Amino acid sequence: MYTQGLDQRGDNAAAPARADDPAALAAFQARIDREEKIEPNDWMPQGYRRTLVRQISQHAHSEIVGMLPEGNWITRAPSLRRKMILLAKVQDEGGHGLYLYSAAETLGVSRAELVGQLLAGKAKYSSIFNYPTLTWADIGAIGWLVDGAAIMNQVPLCRCSYGPYARAMIRICREESFHQRQGYELMLKLARGTPDQKRMAQNALDRWWWPSLMMFGPSDRDSVHSSQNAAWKIKRVSNDELRQKFVDVTVPQGHFLGLTFPDPDLKLDEGTGHWNHGPIDWAEFNRVVAGDGQCNRDRLAARRKAHAEGAWVREAAAAFAAKRAHARAAKAAE
Amino acid sequence: MTTENRADWPLYEVFVRSRNGLAHRHVGSLHAIDGTMAVEMARDVYCRRAEGVSVWVVPSASIVASDPAQKESMFEPMVSKVYRHPTFYEIPPDVKNI
Ligand SMILES: [Fe+2]
Ligand SMILES: [Fe+2]
Repeated sequence: MYTQGLDQRGDNAAAPARADDPAALAAFQARIDREEKIEPNDWMPQGYRRTLVRQISQHAHSEIVGMLPEGNWITRAPSLRRKMILLAKVQDEGGHGLYLYSAAETLGVSRAELVGQLLAGKAKYSSIFNYPTLTWADIGAIGWLVDGAAIMNQVPLCRCSYGPYARAMIRICREESFHQRQGYELMLKLARGTPDQKRMAQNALDRWWWPSLMMFGPSDRDSVHSSQNAAWKIKRVSNDELRQKFVDVTVPQGHFLGLTFPDPDLKLDEGTGHWNHGPIDWAEFNRVVAGDGQCNRDRLAARRKAHAEGAWVREAAAAFAAKRAHARAAKAAE
Repeated sequence: MTTENRADWPLYEVFVRSRNGLAHRHVGSLHAIDGTMAVEMARDVYCRRAEGVSVWVVPSASIVASDPAQKESMFEPMVSKVYRHPTFYEIPPDVKNI
């Protein structure tokens, strides 16, 4: 999103070859330390560029794949109001994917390349979207917990050192807050509804709680990329800190709903004011990230199918644009 | 997957006027097959919440930009010319309306 197709692009692509000499690295770090934003055509270390391409593209893929679990319920929304809300939310997620692919493109990769990696099964996306949406209450749980966790993660990214990523995140965060609120409202409706509805809400919370905590990524003790990313101000708050913040704000919201959390160890520490949670099943997390979650294969198959079925639309648009250009040229020649 | 050409459509930069009286402001970019489609997509992508009353799209390739590597020599001369700012001049507080 911003100035990637510019006349400087050739120079920029060549830059890494002569880059990364210690003086340039030190000057770059000094800019970061002064809280200067880095813009697309500025010199940057190869590792900084690589890290951003990886992080932003994974983020973009997550938005796009994230449309699938909720898209599953659009045709079955229980009312017109709920259907309009869900459609608007899923459409927003598609937009978020576009903003993020655009931000990644400013670093010299093409969107076609990134989408190609996703369709080929070579790219990662958030583990959370490999869980199924079994009941309507899951739509509430996703908005409340999954979008809530995403917001917690994304707010500090609005201050990321890379300008285009930070700007995309500001836009996304502004749109996300309705996502979380509509989800919580949906949960509230069910929690205050019939006993069956309340049971459905509880069941959704039981299934989505742990995967939501995993959204923040591995514990700081096991996170490989943390320290360099912190120095570059790409990631300004650690995984565990963000997770704790999420638990602290979310637990009281769940209690307000009259629901319980599937964690016998969950306890308020009166001293610190934090809600301590039990151990996270990292084996499950690793399994899902490695491709062996409940829906990994389904999600990829759905993306590939959608892409293939959209081919004729892209071809028709190209043919129509050619025809229109031709007509304009003929008219100009008259 | 189909055998279609995987190259992206051209990139457009999108500018939105949020209301009359304000300038168009850069909001982001998108790929489109031509300008007409870029305007329609800009509406869907960047104006979903009544963010604008007018949209411009410009092929990214036709923007000519200053070189960030030349930033110093390009802009520094203006930074050192403080006498171009009104605050450079000291006027006694008794003098009004200036
Ligand atoms: Fe999103
Ligand atoms: Fe969202």
